[in-house]
Amino acid sequence: MRVMGSETEYGIHAPSAPGANATMMSARIIQAYATVTRQRAAGGAETRWDYTDEEPLHDARGWTLERSAADPSQLTDQPPVLDAEAVALAYGRQELELDGADESGSLLMNMVLGNGARLYVDHAHPEYSSPEVTNPRDAVTWDAAGDLVALATVRKVAADTNLPPINLYKNNTDNKAVSYGSHENYLMPRSVPFGDIIRGLTPFFISRQVVCGAGRVGLGQDSSTPGYQISQRADFFEAEVGLETTIRRPIINTRDEPHATADKYRRLHVIIGDANLSQLSNFLKFGTTAMVLSLIEAGQAPRIEVHEPVHALQAVSHDTSLTATVRLMDGRHVTALDLQWMYFEAAAKLAQETGVADAISGDGHTHEVLERWESTLTALGTDPATATSVEWVAKKSLLEGYRSRDGLEWDDARLGLVDLQWSDIRPEKGLYYRLLSRNRMLRIVDDADVTRAVSEPPVDTRAYFRGKCVSTFGKDVVGASWDSVIFDVPGLGKLQRVPTREPLRGTQALTEPLFRKHQEAGPFLAELLGRKPAAPRD
Amino acid sequence: MAGQEQQQPQARETETEVDVPEAPPAAPEAQASEATQGVDDLLDEIDGVLESNAEEFVRAFVQKGGQ
Repeated sequence: MRVMGSETEYGIHAPSAPGANATMMSARIIQAYATVTRQRAAGGAETRWDYTDEEPLHDARGWTLERSAADPSQLTDQPPVLDAEAVALAYGRQELELDGADESGSLLMNMVLGNGARLYVDHAHPEYSSPEVTNPRDAVTWDAAGDLVALATVRKVAADTNLPPINLYKNNTDNKAVSYGSHENYLMPRSVPFGDIIRGLTPFFISRQVVCGAGRVGLGQDSSTPGYQISQRADFFEAEVGLETTIRRPIINTRDEPHATADKYRRLHVIIGDANLSQLSNFLKFGTTAMVLSLIEAGQAPRIEVHEPVHALQAVSHDTSLTATVRLMDGRHVTALDLQWMYFEAAAKLAQETGVADAISGDGHTHEVLERWESTLTALGTDPATATSVEWVAKKSLLEGYRSRDGLEWDDARLGLVDLQWSDIRPEKGLYYRLLSRNRMLRIVDDADVTRAVSEPPVDTRAYFRGKCVSTFGKDVVGASWDSVIFDVPGLGKLQRVPTREPLRGTQALTEPLFRKHQEAGPFLAELLGRKPAAPRD
Repeated sequence: MAGQEQQQPQARETETEVDVPEAPPAAPEAQASEATQGVDDLLDEIDGVLESNAEEFVRAFVQKGGQ
């Protein structure tokens, strides 16, 4: 359907160690997973990230931001540095030595996983970036696999009696004016004018929260107004278009970092979504957005322009009755559901024209996306409460149960706790998982498939090659990125960098025979790169 | 089929026991009424897993900025 992927920053909290350094805790999480997987790269425990092709200051509108003008948080092409003083202050120097620090005193900050994902410290959060997949079902699967990775790290830290237990939350705000993101990435042809993307996507993003919002107790960035809203992220958006992701957040992000052949592709970086536990919301988030991108590429996106998009985004989020209207530039007033139906109709028409939605000869995914999209919009339009597997609806229903049983106001701390604990990634504590275990939330992917995706890469993208290189030749892989794998082969004097710039190459079909044939990295690389095995240097 | 649900509970590969669902798979249409019936039961269960001292717990959850 389309190459896509997710990024999840987890909220992190050690209740028994208030004030613990967040970057330090995040590093502990990465360290814990290295211990769980016993993964060791040639350079030690860490698979270093290859920053060669990172271009965080390239703007899709055709320019590059000066480094001096960038917010420090935008410089993601530099490895994060954990301040040794901060570490020592938080945990003591002695513990550093016991906790996997290398000789330089730096802690584990990055891993490339056998499933093709990246697990790393992103400023003050542990972040899981899923491998590239080709359809929304796989996007849900490998995103949920990230939650199991996070769960394994939390268990590992909890088992160590010398460390304070760490909780991880799949949410997007602390309700005290701080937000952290969950991003989506979609591969697009470079030939599509960026202005078309802005025009086509903005009304869609204003409205899609009604199917994929995760729900939030509190209005305003600091929750100063009591209430409940649809989206976790909406109140944190302040601009229509821009390069930033942590300040002046824009509805359309312009980061132009293709991680692929740059003159053929762009990677559309979407920062407006909520982190989803609900599989239905997550499936629709990826599936419908991919279809709208196809509409834009075909020049068939609905011609809609919303007046004051940032204001409209927040107005939609604040209206759980789904009856509020936003004003269009042509004078019409429409609801978010009206906007969604316009996109649905256009997407269904295009899918019919191209045949991708055919149940037999189609792409195997578009049919399901359209069916679930239509039935969800119908339910939301009849009575929002009946769309029981939409994440914000399910959470609201639980909160309303508390409000009616115990007579709680929206600013009651217990409702804040329900909101937070909804997203605790431990099944025994996370309230989403309590509902899932009672079959109150829809399962779209099999639990067994999610479990397998913790260690297995998708078979139909370059993530297969990356993941298999890590799991097969881990000790010889010193670095990797979305578009490279770097080997340090014993006996060879120099590093071997294998570029992987085509997202749909490096698949199982293309490379599995090579992995089967070679148990050693040297001959594997020699055949892959079409050379005779290089003789070890003197 | 639209709304066809996969309701088979399957063991997660974690150290945690996940409760065996009490009810057989329900059609989406039937879920709304079941949700009402089971709400007290559900709240009782959730009371048992909620962190103690909600106010302090929520106040202490302070994050640094992210992407």
